[in-house]
Amino acid sequence: MTAALRFDPIRLPGECEQLRKEVRAFLAEEIAGGTFNPFKPNREDIDVPAFCRRVGERGWIGMTWPKKYGGHERSFLERYVVTEEMRVANAPTRRFFVADRQSGPILLKYAPEHVKMDILPRICRGELCFSIGMSEPNSGSDLFAAKTRATKTDGGYLINGTKIWTSSAHIADYMIAIFRTSQPTKENRRHGLTQFLVKMKQPGINVNPIGQITGQFEFNEVVFTDHFIPDDHVLGEIDGAWKQATSELAYERSGPERFLETYYVLTELVRAVGDKPDTRSAEGIGRLVAQLHTMRRMSVSVAGMLQAGKEPVVEASIVKDIGTVWEQQLPHRVRELAAFVEEDAGNRETLEAQLAFAIKTAPKLTIQGGTTEVLRGIIARGLGLR
Amino acid sequence: MAESENIVLETAEKIFADLADAQEINHDKTGAWTAPLWQALTDAGLPLAWVSEELGGAGASLADGFAVLGAAGRFALAVPLAETMLAGWLLAQANIASPGGEMTVAPAGPKDRITQNPDGMLSGRARGVPFAKAAKHVAVLAHGVGGISIALVDAAELRIESGLNLGGDHSDTVIFDNVAPKISKPAPAGFDQTTLMLMGGVVRSLQIAGALESMLDISVKYSNERVAFEKKISKFQAVQHNLAKLAGESAAALAAATSAADAIASASAFDDAVFLEAVSAKIRCAEAAEKGGAIAHQVHGAIGFTIEHILHRYSLRALAWRDDFGSESFWAVELGNRIVARGADELWPLVASR
Repeated sequence: MTAALRFDPIRLPGECEQLRKEVRAFLAEEIAGGTFNPFKPNREDIDVPAFCRRVGERGWIGMTWPKKYGGHERSFLERYVVTEEMRVANAPTRRFFVADRQSGPILLKYAPEHVKMDILPRICRGELCFSIGMSEPNSGSDLFAAKTRATKTDGGYLINGTKIWTSSAHIADYMIAIFRTSQPTKENRRHGLTQFLVKMKQPGINVNPIGQITGQFEFNEVVFTDHFIPDDHVLGEIDGAWKQATSELAYERSGPERFLETYYVLTELVRAVGDKPDTRSAEGIGRLVAQLHTMRRMSVSVAGMLQAGKEPVVEASIVKDIGTVWEQQLPHRVRELAAFVEEDAGNRETLEAQLAFAIKTAPKLTIQGGTTEVLRGIIARGLGLR
Repeated sequence: MAESENIVLETAEKIFADLADAQEINHDKTGAWTAPLWQALTDAGLPLAWVSEELGGAGASLADGFAVLGAAGRFALAVPLAETMLAGWLLAQANIASPGGEMTVAPAGPKDRITQNPDGMLSGRARGVPFAKAAKHVAVLAHGVGGISIALVDAAELRIESGLNLGGDHSDTVIFDNVAPKISKPAPAGFDQTTLMLMGGVVRSLQIAGALESMLDISVKYSNERVAFEKKISKFQAVQHNLAKLAGESAAALAAATSAADAIASASAFDDAVFLEAVSAKIRCAEAAEKGGAIAHQVHGAIGFTIEHILHRYSLRALAWRDDFGSESFWAVELGNRIVARGADELWPLVASR
């Protein structure tokens, strides 16, 4: 086989089921206590620092990290269970999720020891929010066109330029960003970018909200003007950020959050059609559930490979490609299937409100965190086409 | 399951590579390739892999047999290996020993029904029975007054109306006109026609997934050879992205089918969870056969549309296999009905239980 894609039928081990029960009980308690409303469509606006600290207290942030940094040394499969249960319940995880998924692992790998000791335990306690500084006004999918400069100065670097589409920058305590430390070379246009840890809410950083078509103000423009970053906040190799970027993609791209973002409309559709669906609704629901089950099995399989120490970058890209296209189409399929549902179905209003939000959310799903086009390029490379 | 440690799979793959090469079969207009292939499979004990030694088989595990069927799909195998394995498995459910030679199963669809009359005779009609024309015996699931029974019938006793599926393999109508089975026994408790359809559906899912793996493989190879507009067509982004989508469909089919096979191999009963796994595999693999097959053809252009090229051996069989043991539309309705019967708040717990 030229392709040799592997998706072995990994099963979540028994200890995950006890954990799942604990997470469900915790979330039920939070919902009952009014922390968040799982049926409220505009949920991403909800930012609940106290909730994040309670999740941290349970030991569900930084689950796989070493204990010396506040982590819990549990498996990727256990983390998987927590992530999917939170996502399906529409819990307000945004404040800690980026740090848990990717910023923490980057720090673990590349930050100096004293920085790790300072920051990682606070992430695990649910106290810190991270954002990711990748895109710029003229550099989106083409990451290596980034121009924001990091100029060497006494004891550190001065940053000048603009990052954009930066989710959560307005609430973030830190950002992990790439800045240009050298010009690209003729041989390697990816050369010259360096990864930095940026402390937000400091002089020289201006965060300007950008409105989204959903009505939210969740992403931002972040302008740096002679912002100082100390030397010990350089992450990894100077000029070599491109080497560090790719291996983390498998973590970022294969999780349950890559196909569950609009899942709530499927639940509400099942509720709306009641127990006597017509053939059309039944077939539609059956197909959607079969597709969902298949993606989840693929995603769990990738989590199993990560746990086994592999780097399934192509498999992870496939999960994100198929998963995001699916979650993008889901609200439209649900809308079609709901077209003949009784006008007085009990949850009609809930379904319509959720559909409206999901349909407006849908376009971003195949853009954020690596566009469909970028993913297919990675898959094509894995197939030996480029 | 490490493939290199699976001796049964290795044996099968060697036989397929030696005697079921798609290129050679495609050129052989006489059908002379079938006899040596079947003989080699029989010598290796593969057709009765799922039958215990006491009942005349090789006693391989369900998992090993499923792996062989994935490989059979990768070779677009056109002899009744899957059907004979399935028939042997069905007979073994009722402790009926398997005879030698090719077998198939009836019914092969969820809507056909064979009846066992009080005097033991079988009547009814089964459509789309794969390889019935080639079978020496048919393993039958029948509905009688006392419940479900499993029977072994000599194919010579049956009226068989010949038909072909999309891939050109026999898919026949089998008529039971008051036929006496050679032997008939009650099915075990809980075993019904749905059980047989789910098992058959997973077998077909593995074959479709295997065929898609090969379609991806030969499409990638072809795109790296074929030159157009002065470069290999693999260098065109439109072609790359199409092949990436084919890889996704192939991966989805493989994941769904192997997960369902694993679920059956390790399950004690065909419960709701196994139902979800098995029908999801059939639904998703059928969808992948359509979407993936279309891309494989698109990449090949006109040459892939010719009878001389091997692509059709995979693409048309994958499409044909969608229809056996319940189509994706049939199972989607069944699954949808089960999901709504469980209720909205029980959907996620079911999905998460796998």
